[in-house]
Amino acid sequence: MIRVVLPAHLRTLAHVDGEVQVDVRGEATVRSVLDALEELYPVLRGTIRDHGTLQRRPFLRYFVCAEDWSLESPDTRLPEAVVNGAEPFFVIGAIAGG
Amino acid sequence: MSKVRVLVGTHKGAFILSSDGKRKNWEVSEPLFAGWEIYHMKGSPADPNRIYASQTSGWFGQIIQRSSDGSKTWETPGGEKMPTPGEFPAGASNKFVYDVSPETGKPLTTHQWYDGTQHPWEFKRVWHLEPSLTDPDTVYAGVEDAALFKSTNGAQTWQELSGLRGHGTGPKWSPGAGGMGLHSILLDARNSQRMYIAISAAGAFRTDDGGKTWKPINKGLRSNYIPDPDAEIGHCVHHIALHPSRPDVVFMQKHWDVMRTDNAGDQWTEVSGNLPTDFGFVIDVHAHEPDTIYVVPIKSDGHHFPIDGKLQVYRSRSGGNEWEALTKGLPQRDCYVNVLRDAMAIDSLDSCGVYFGTTGGQVYCSSDSGDSWAPIAENLPAVFSVEVQTLP
Repeated sequence: MIRVVLPAHLRTLAHVDGEVQVDVRGEATVRSVLDALEELYPVLRGTIRDHGTLQRRPFLRYFVCAEDWSLESPDTRLPEAVVNGAEPFFVIGAIAGG
Repeated sequence: MSKVRVLVGTHKGAFILSSDGKRKNWEVSEPLFAGWEIYHMKGSPADPNRIYASQTSGWFGQIIQRSSDGSKTWETPGGEKMPTPGEFPAGASNKFVYDVSPETGKPLTTHQWYDGTQHPWEFKRVWHLEPSLTDPDTVYAGVEDAALFKSTNGAQTWQELSGLRGHGTGPKWSPGAGGMGLHSILLDARNSQRMYIAISAAGAFRTDDGGKTWKPINKGLRSNYIPDPDAEIGHCVHHIALHPSRPDVVFMQKHWDVMRTDNAGDQWTEVSGNLPTDFGFVIDVHAHEPDTIYVVPIKSDGHHFPIDGKLQVYRSRSGGNEWEALTKGLPQRDCYVNVLRDAMAIDSLDSCGVYFGTTGGQVYCSSDSGDSWAPIAENLPAVFSVEVQTLP
């Protein structure tokens, strides 16, 4: 079970409070976590990754174990601490706009 | 007694303003979709309980919201639950994908970028939602980068009407300062096959076959800010409007110039007349007088606020050329707000109501065709759009 922390606006959109938990198919990677998240909460499709390209939206970043994973390959295996639920997978919105 | 429901899209959420037919006392709702940009909301003429909203964010992209109970509750069509086999794919209501299919999406085009080079189409947001006049589940979406989409299942899924982008002039379209948005969609109540749209900064276009094929309708427009002022396309049309009883007559607020056509766009004539400035964004038509039109003159494209700090609506009762300033109840000093292109609406009560919203967060109402005005909300976020529903 992977723990995922979403930005407040996406929690509102998905009607969830606090962290969400997802089961991934196969290896735990950025791609498989987001696939599982979007399957569980279809309204999030297109809000984190572009519909067509599946590229991360520009003002969002992925953080794992205090490290920025935004530019990692989406198929790189996530750290064990995330896989075993000790640490969450963060989707973070950029602080922008002044 | 009749009621009115004003749908206000703002920089930080949507608001519903409600009143009875007197339009004196108003209730302002709590913010809907708080924190998100609501570019546009509009109710279905066929079922006023059905309302669509375009919810967008620079962070999270596009969401389409839908209400089927007059704004009591909202849903993201297709995104509420996991689909079972045979259902529509979930989460598709915000999926606006340009048509690239060999059958209908060719030729693929690029459009002109700010520097004159060609640039691929990139979906950014929905600027305008136009529900069908007859079917609550059919709705059109005008998007940036400019294209027209249609849903026939209540916004669960969208298909591009790609004949617009592909008809030939697409590579010459270029963005205005606010982006390359398809912002105006007019449906012809007498001819279901005819539709007008307008794009900044490409111009106006018309289909006579339900959206399959399109042609530019910009003859007579003159724009001194483009290399060929009389070009077939490239004009920065800000908004267009018509009266349902006379759909061949269309009024236009262009970047500069207020224009009119009497033959469905085949030829336009300037009707700016005695306006103090003919720059502006909104234009709309009285509910019962097809030759009574409204604009809000803005000082210039370099200012984006009214002349001399005076917020004035101008009304013509002759379909243009002769204009009168409407000022009663509007601030006549120190007012430096703008009124954006989709931020004016008209109700259809006997004493016609006119509404507009400002970038300063005020929404004004006139319940006497513009003779006098009063604020019905004064401290909202910057207003992007205003629509009104006249309810039994």
